[in-house]
Amino acid sequence: MDQLLHGFIRALQLIVTFDPEVMEITGRTLAIALSSCIISTIICLPLGSLIHFKRFAGKRILVNVIQTFYSIPTVVVGLVVFLFFSRIGPLGVFNLMFTPTIMVIGQIILVSPIVLGLVIAALSGVDKGVFETASSLGASRFQATFQVIKEARFAIFSAVTMGFGRAISEVGLALMVGGNIRGFTRVITTAISLETAKGDIELSIALGIILIFMALLVNIVINRFQQK
Amino acid sequence: MTLIETVNVFQNYDGRDILRNISLKIGRAEVLALIGPTGSGKTTLIRILDLLEPPYSGKVFFDGVDVNNSRIQQLEARRRMSYVQQKPLVFTMSVYDNIACGLRWRHMKSTIVKLKTEEALELVGMTSYKNRNAKTLSGGETQRIAIARALVTEPEILFLDEPTANLDPISSAKVEHVIHDAIKEKKIAVVMATHDMVQGQQLATRIGVLLDGELMQVGSPSEIFSSPESKKVAEFVGIENMLPGTVIECEDNLLTIDIGGSHIQAVSNHSMGDHVYVLIRPEDITFSLSANVTSARNRLHGTITKLTAMGPLMRLEIDCGFLLLGLITRSSAADLDLEVGKDIYASFKATAIHVIKRWN
Repeated sequence: MDQLLHGFIRALQLIVTFDPEVMEITGRTLAIALSSCIISTIICLPLGSLIHFKRFAGKRILVNVIQTFYSIPTVVVGLVVFLFFSRIGPLGVFNLMFTPTIMVIGQIILVSPIVLGLVIAALSGVDKGVFETASSLGASRFQATFQVIKEARFAIFSAVTMGFGRAISEVGLALMVGGNIRGFTRVITTAISLETAKGDIELSIALGIILIFMALLVNIVINRFQQK
Repeated sequence: MTLIETVNVFQNYDGRDILRNISLKIGRAEVLALIGPTGSGKTTLIRILDLLEPPYSGKVFFDGVDVNNSRIQQLEARRRMSYVQQKPLVFTMSVYDNIACGLRWRHMKSTIVKLKTEEALELVGMTSYKNRNAKTLSGGETQRIAIARALVTEPEILFLDEPTANLDPISSAKVEHVIHDAIKEKKIAVVMATHDMVQGQQLATRIGVLLDGELMQVGSPSEIFSSPESKKVAEFVGIENMLPGTVIECEDNLLTIDIGGSHIQAVSNHSMGDHVYVLIRPEDITFSLSANVTSARNRLHGTITKLTAMGPLMRLEIDCGFLLLGLITRSSAADLDLEVGKDIYASFKATAIHVIKRWN
């Protein structure tokens, strides 16, 4: 019990004094998760719009498949990325294993189904009359489509935030393809798992608090937008 | 000059005919009211005219161009029209942006967008609301936004679908006022769907009666209301005395028509032996207690069977061999001391009667 209390106090000290290592790990975690979320959004917004607005056979099945991938285990994504990018893999020539770049790639694969699925759901939630009203006011098909996306902006933003929440909190993928290299690919989750194993509880608790705080922030943002 | 024209337009949802063989021409600066009961196809016709949905068959011409096939032409045509839906939808944006978006979609300069939007806000008296989220507005306010955003693009033709159907009387009067001003000042063509015949009569230069997907009659308000071409139209425009009869005499245009033994004289173009309906508006009938001499050619004698108060008027049902309905002011009714069972004379002019052919 003493050890826990001591660890907690020390952890708070690390946070309030802006301990360089804590800050560095937090910064990297945010940078990687944000990059993967932004890139994922750039891919999923047009793709989701396409799936929503186009009529085609098997649309419902496709959406079901996308939803199934919401809960894909992170280690499976790690395995796939490893198979493709390891030296003997088809994309091995890029020599990306154990770099932040490969972590971003892995996270894009991990969060895209969530962002894509929720973007489609967000667009489906928009009144069908929006497209038509926009058309009647002189919007081209593209402009009317964009208006529908604009109407769904709050729901789309919470979709991206959900993706972000998944990206910052996963550990399996980051460990497998990032390798938890200190000062290079170490992020909050991998640091916690390693430092705890090593017995450095203070750093683990400090990083754990920061992670929970981020999760709280994400939730506040989602709630605010869902009320709109 | 025809601005928009439909040729043999049919529409069909799930095998059910919604519109049947609609051929209609709408001229520049013309105000056409489409009247018909709910479900008669008014909205569908407007949607086809606004190029929001293609007809099942038939053609739509805008400014002489067949716009059925080309999306670009449809967009160009649609940018010269505006449509205010029955229940307008506003975007989740400020009132200002809701009105400005049509101009922005037409790639207008931001200074012009600002100028015109401010003008439109003023036109509908919504300037103080411009920064409000449009979703938070009441029904009447939403309707005014919808009209402002339809007029701001200066369309050549404006479609209005029941513009005041969901509004309280005060909001409704405001909206009518705005529409009226817009028609007068901007000289735009208007197609207005309404089931409110008073509104149709007030604003329209021409009326089209749409019943059960068919355009039964198109004509000036006085033509529609005094000379309906068919029984259905007559019923819809509220001509209550519709008496089946047969033409038994015909001198030039002066007909004598037998209605269940009584003879009525009317001015119309029919020939001997024709089966007809005689239409008499209740307000065209005058009443007296004696068979005094009036200039009216027709005088019928009957007994009052029912008296109903209708605001400042009384409604009379008279049995004169057949049932005749009449209207009389309360004060006249009091003067004549009318009551059920009393004998009375009903007079009406030969020219006040409209005769239509009866198909059976």
